[in-house]
Amino acid sequence: MDLVQLQRQLVEYRTSLYHEGFLDEQFTQLQELQDENNPDFVVEVVSLFFEDSERLLNELTKALEQQSIDFKRVDAHVHQLKGSSSSIGAQRVQKVCIAFRNYCEEQNVEGCLKCLQQVRHEYSLVKTKLESMFQLEQQILSAGGSIPM
Amino acid sequence: MFVYVKWWDSTLVLFFIRLLLNMGGGGGDSSEDTAVELGDEPHVLAVDDNLIDRKLVEKLLKNSSCKVTTAENALRALDYLGLGNETLEGAVSKVNLIITDYCMPGMTGYELLKKIKESSVLKEVPVVIMSSENIPTRISQCLEEGAKMFMLKPLKQSDVKQLKWHLMKCRN
Repeated sequence: MDLVQLQRQLVEYRTSLYHEGFLDEQFTQLQELQDENNPDFVVEVVSLFFEDSERLLNELTKALEQQSIDFKRVDAHVHQLKGSSSSIGAQRVQKVCIAFRNYCEEQNVEGCLKCLQQVRHEYSLVKTKLESMFQLEQQILSAGGSIPM
Repeated sequence: MFVYVKWWDSTLVLFFIRLLLNMGGGGGDSSEDTAVELGDEPHVLAVDDNLIDRKLVEKLLKNSSCKVTTAENALRALDYLGLGNETLEGAVSKVNLIITDYCMPGMTGYELLKKIKESSVLKEVPVVIMSSENIPTRISQCLEEGAKMFMLKPLKQSDVKQLKWHLMKCRN
């Protein structure tokens, strides 16, 4: 595939991510913060998000496995995940977190377990999509091109 | 008193000079002994327990020509500011602005704000509170306690620009 085709593919792919609600305008904000001084800013922040989310998902699984669930603790973790997903523009993850917090407040175990499953799913989807997008960007850069905005 | 400034524009510069003069003054006239030098960049302390948010706010501030120190909770922030020690007589604040998240484990941003306002050295340093939740009572509580601004997360570049503008307006 030639450079122009790669660039076109990237633009289309990125557009679809916004269109399908995986990303929102906050992700655009991140991209706008990237500059020559910090050419890897977006990848760095998103990588931090991946690490942090995985940690939180593990904590959530453990917390919800307890005999006596500490809903305040569960809520604290979901609050963190909601915050970071919002900050990077991972809209679908953020939306599940909102529902998740409501179930925590109601101390609804089933609801929480359902949301945990959903948030894992949404997280894994957005992770795959972002990784694909970064790979495309890398291909373009390796071919000597620049990333279209 | 020597002040060397080459940043933003003169109105904001005057604002910070006045802030620092107020901090050095208090009851007596000790400001004569306080040699203050503002470099090219204001120094901001950003406090947030969320790693991603810390990275984001740091970048936003750096893009606005600020020197940034981050702290992951209120206690670390207080330690950095020197409020962990007994006396700060005659000391000058290390920072020109403090921006803190509201919801943090242990001490909240609101409680941090109160501690800062209780300090004779730090009370004139503008404090901005951030939160992902738009709760009017929370907002008015912070503003009443002396926060200069309340900002909704996630932060954007336009928010930081507005912050600068607001600080300029507030100097009067």
